[in-house]
Amino acid sequence: MSLAIELIDITKRFPGVIANDGVNLAVEKGEIHAICGENGAGKSTLMKILYGMQPPDEGIMRVNGEEVHFASPTEAIAAGIGMVHQHFMLADNLTVLENVILGSEPVLSGGRIDFKAARTHLAEVSAAYGLSIDPNDLVEDLEVGERQRIEIIKVLYRGADILILDEPTAVLVPQEVEALFVNMRELKAKGATILFIDHKLLEVLEIADSITVIRQGKTVATVKPDDVTAGDLAELMVGSELPIPDTTESTVTDRVMLAVRDVTVIENDRPVVADVSFDIHEGEIVGIAGVEGNGQVELIGAIIGTAAASSGSIHLGGDDITKWDVRNRREAGIGYIPYDRQGEGLLMNAPLWENAALGHQTKSPYSKGWWMDREGAREQTESIREEFGVKTPHVDVAPYALSGGNQQKFIVGREMTSGPRLLVAAHPTRGIDVGAQASVWQSIRDARASGLATLLISADLDELIGLSDRIVVMFHGRLVATLDPSTITPRELGSYMTGAGATSTEAANS
Amino acid sequence: MNNRLRSIGLALAAPVAAFVFATVLSGIVLLIAGSNPFVAFGDMLRHGAKLETIIDMLNRATPLYLSGVAAAIGFKMGLFNIGVEGQYQMGAFFAAAAGGAIVLPNGLHLIFIVLVAMTVGALWAGFAGFLKVTCGVNEVISTIMLNAIATTGMLAWLTVKWRDGALSTNSGTKRIEESGHIPNLNWFVEIFTPDIKNSKELSGVIVIAIIVGIAYHLFINRSRLGYDLRASGINPRAARAGGVPPKRMIMIAMLASGAVAGLVGMVDILSRNNRYDQNFTPGLGFAGIAVALLGRNNPAGIAFGALLFAFLDASSSILQITGSASKEIVTIMQGVILLAAVVSYEYVNRIKEQEEIRQASIAVGAVAA
Repeated sequence: MSLAIELIDITKRFPGVIANDGVNLAVEKGEIHAICGENGAGKSTLMKILYGMQPPDEGIMRVNGEEVHFASPTEAIAAGIGMVHQHFMLADNLTVLENVILGSEPVLSGGRIDFKAARTHLAEVSAAYGLSIDPNDLVEDLEVGERQRIEIIKVLYRGADILILDEPTAVLVPQEVEALFVNMRELKAKGATILFIDHKLLEVLEIADSITVIRQGKTVATVKPDDVTAGDLAELMVGSELPIPDTTESTVTDRVMLAVRDVTVIENDRPVVADVSFDIHEGEIVGIAGVEGNGQVELIGAIIGTAAASSGSIHLGGDDITKWDVRNRREAGIGYIPYDRQGEGLLMNAPLWENAALGHQTKSPYSKGWWMDREGAREQTESIREEFGVKTPHVDVAPYALSGGNQQKFIVGREMTSGPRLLVAAHPTRGIDVGAQASVWQSIRDARASGLATLLISADLDELIGLSDRIVVMFHGRLVATLDPSTITPRELGSYMTGAGATSTEAANS
Repeated sequence: MNNRLRSIGLALAAPVAAFVFATVLSGIVLLIAGSNPFVAFGDMLRHGAKLETIIDMLNRATPLYLSGVAAAIGFKMGLFNIGVEGQYQMGAFFAAAAGGAIVLPNGLHLIFIVLVAMTVGALWAGFAGFLKVTCGVNEVISTIMLNAIATTGMLAWLTVKWRDGALSTNSGTKRIEESGHIPNLNWFVEIFTPDIKNSKELSGVIVIAIIVGIAYHLFINRSRLGYDLRASGINPRAARAGGVPPKRMIMIAMLASGAVAGLVGMVDILSRNNRYDQNFTPGLGFAGIAVALLGRNNPAGIAFGALLFAFLDASSSILQITGSASKEIVTIMQGVILLAAVVSYEYVNRIKEQEEIRQASIAVGAVAA
């Protein structure tokens, strides 16, 4: 079979990182080809290169055998490549038809849109690829899975026969994933080529014809799903750095640091966190597992004080902090590694030493009384830089100049050096390289040994299992299971996260 | 330290480039209008170098600076306080009315008037802050409305309530007694030159402006509250997670901005007219926004912007006399300077960012050869 896409030695550098380092990829026509890799492995960069959003620094790209140099997505589309982004780009108040033709409307004389032609063409495309959709539906009335189908149809409507799907299952519930896979198989049967980015191993094994694994910007292997197990894939993805469940002995004490009781958070008249209760002891790491959007963000908000709990109570080391504001809670010793480091953790164009003070500006060494202590803050930033290996020329640099991994190490350092009693760590290693990841893990473990209570929220199941002393599963705002990380496998955990519990795990295994 | 010099150089490059560009462009406009730009600019420079013009310029720069600082406090918090215009007129009006109604001992009277002006300015701005915090009303909308209420509403009130029989053509508040006048600084000018005429006075309000400038610097760049304010302005979400209450910061920023705005009218009230009447200088609030933008909200930068705009205002009066050009050319120049400055700041910023990113990459050592 001939190749739809061929990449040879593609290299792309960003300040401080090599996102793609000699990537080789061969996608055959009419196959579903999965690209696997951890967050930050370089998958997204590769897709952006393929879709013409960024030019590669080096390397050769061939589409259907011809060498291409895309300057923009428009050129990629012209070459038959279409991309379905993880975040949908749809206008809610327009119909399906209007959304599909948006940007490539057939025009009659006088600038009028030829809806008739558009409708006919849409019907042809839907029929050709077996994707059913009512063109008159308003997008705002549609479910997530249906919206995704519109995104796929949009791409097909523009004549693409090579589809790039960027983590398409991340936003879907299990039934929708099944529906998506049915559609993908249909597309494949009609001759389309699908490039599919994912890091959920079971899904990849189920749907893909070939799997290419990327690690630290390099392609490490291309395998067939029949030849590998999920475990093999995981090992390929993380390399020798496969996190081994924490074998150091437990440091969990009997002193409760955080006590959450029956906490409910209401948002838009809906309980997004419902009757959640749990304890974290000194020296304990409690991991929260869950598909994103199941109330984790709001639970964090209730604990650090940015979201109000409508009922229930939160105690920190014996104090009832339920009614405290964020500042009082931070001063009482809550450290916070936010899930969105640039959005919630950094002042992107203020110098690092000012960033170091953020969240701790009321305490020494960052301030003295009413005044900021510039010298103290600088010295503290210097020591964060040294101790946590933040690579920066000096502490007057603003965070935008640093790579994601260095930003993250800086945030971790900032929170750790402030002497927290409770650390709320949301995705502490998301999107950072393996080296930085190991050092972040190590500092969390060290702090745990000295009595820190940690709430860990992560989408990386290996991280959750490897670091946590106890794992609770959050589903639709509730804690639905408590698990022992020393006996659970990522696969079992995954099925708990979908709300199915252990029974469906066995079904999936059989 | 070489880095520091470089960054100062970069910071100055933008406004200087903007000024040169504006001068050239205004020159072209003058040419098209049939005037000789060299003659016109020459007139302005010659007139601007005179002592009287310099005093005019300083008296003009003083309120511009205060107005610029008022706007800058809002900008630092990410708030667009367009309401400085209304806040300073309200502040000035009530300060003049209160100051004219009573007589206090020397000094005390002065302080009383200043405090009334600041309080009224703060309340007027605080109202917009309150609306934003409680109902989510955008401060741009509310301050525009409050401007309209203040400027037109007050004028109506003035003509009805304070019509003065003796001065029927110029109604205004009761004249403030001597004890509520700020001493002029002519003695200071005389240290340098004995030529000062009694007809020209350097207003003592410039001292207030200097104090405000220093206080602004200490507040924004040195105090913890100022840090909270800036953090909220740069990234409200991160500031909130860092324990900065966003609503309280909005109120503080609006109150502080309004309090400084209240001082803008003090040159008129404390030294020039000693009352609020129809000779009161309008428009300083809007000019202050321009001055703050030109000075990048930096205490020294705003002073530079205020002096530049004041120089153009003061020196241009000669154009009407010599007839070498229309006086309005200065308004065009101010507009072009501002636009050009905003563009060149953005450009210089980009150069700076690129440089920092490059330096950071070198530090990481990950830039492949």
